[in-house]
Amino acid sequence: MDKIIKLNDLDQFIESGMTIMIGGFIESGCPKNIIQYLLDNEINNINLIANTTGFMSRPLGQLIVQRRVKKVTASHIGTNSKTAELMNSGEMEVELIPQGTLAEKIRSQGAGIGGFLTPTGVGTKVEAGKDKIEIEGREYLLELPLKADLALLKAWKADEDGNLIYRYSSRNFNPLMAMAADLVIVEAENISEKGSLDANHIMTPGIFVDYIVDIDEI
Amino acid sequence: MLMEKWGEKMPNPREKIPARIAEEFKDGDVVNLGIGMPTMVANHISDHINVILQSENGFVGLGPTPPKGEEDMDITNAGEQPVTFKAGAAFFDSATSFSIIRGGHLDFTVLGALEVDQQGNLANWMIPGKFVPGMGGAMDLTVGAKKVIVATSHLTKKGQPKILKKCSLPLTAVSEVDLIVTELAVIEVHEDGLWLTERADGVEIEEIIRKTDADLKIKEAVKVF
Repeated sequence: MDKIIKLNDLDQFIESGMTIMIGGFIESGCPKNIIQYLLDNEINNINLIANTTGFMSRPLGQLIVQRRVKKVTASHIGTNSKTAELMNSGEMEVELIPQGTLAEKIRSQGAGIGGFLTPTGVGTKVEAGKDKIEIEGREYLLELPLKADLALLKAWKADEDGNLIYRYSSRNFNPLMAMAADLVIVEAENISEKGSLDANHIMTPGIFVDYIVDIDEI
Repeated sequence: MLMEKWGEKMPNPREKIPARIAEEFKDGDVVNLGIGMPTMVANHISDHINVILQSENGFVGLGPTPPKGEEDMDITNAGEQPVTFKAGAAFFDSATSFSIIRGGHLDFTVLGALEVDQQGNLANWMIPGKFVPGMGGAMDLTVGAKKVIVATSHLTKKGQPKILKKCSLPLTAVSEVDLIVTELAVIEVHEDGLWLTERADGVEIEEIIRKTDADLKIKEAVKVF
């Protein structure tokens, strides 16, 4: 199967109303060219799952500014003041989740785990509506998996099989989201032929990846 | 280290607090520094010990800020400021990062505070209706680190005490704070409440008591820092 596609091919896979996970930590590791495609092609009503809502001047943040998002699930929205503004005016729903819990909810989905127990958030607003379970004298919250229709990721190197290597701290949520969505599309800085990456160094196996966007071939 | 503020001679919080906190660490400790004043603790760590800094975006071995022009935006701290990494550093995904944090592999976390109280409760992630940045990694860090240090100015900008009998803002975590360091005082949190153990040079104990809205137990020999 040929996994290499061009940005213009994305119209076959992306539509308004989808639940979309976007990799990255603020902007590092964020697939900015694919997000720009969403902005340029009137994709809206997105149910967005991302660690943060980015900076207002950059593509991820622009998804919020341009009101393309109906709900965002994130751990931090402080770098993008439009997020709180739209939340307070009732135009967009915001669900804030502790960052470690967010990562583990995504990992659980990909790992086939039906939920997990975490001490994070016990005694805070985060425990609202959740089951509290005591094990050996310590309280935990039951947290459930988080899934998406689509994951949009950023890698440093990809081969034709979709094997991925990330660069430094741009890895963050990308390998977790690669396992948690029905369809996984990756923006890669470098794409090389089958077998060209050292198998010892692969961080995300290509079996998790459906398509790689070749940005140079716009 | 003194500056004029509110008509009194006050130590500069942004120098005094990070310098004092850095004295807590020992060789080999793994430490996460929050955004803002906690980040400045790194500038005060002794060259004679190796403290391994962890960043929740996925690495251990954080180094100092790079020279201008040498920034690499794939090497950033949790506030997305460019940093460097030291020899021996390692990068990993967010689930591993929070396994370090939540799993008891972190010796210290240093965090800022909106409010902290005498039960060791911390509030630092939202002011309902006003300021809702989100908790980011703060709830996991506070619950998971072996020792939680709060770095905060003693009073709010409006001059109100931040150290209280009971937090009024939404909590970040319950009874997890171990040590509070302000420009005026070092306060330990124990099961029986808050203990004043150190006062800043030139600051009287009475002033600390006056500016603290909590029951403060005074150690027999309060040291000067």
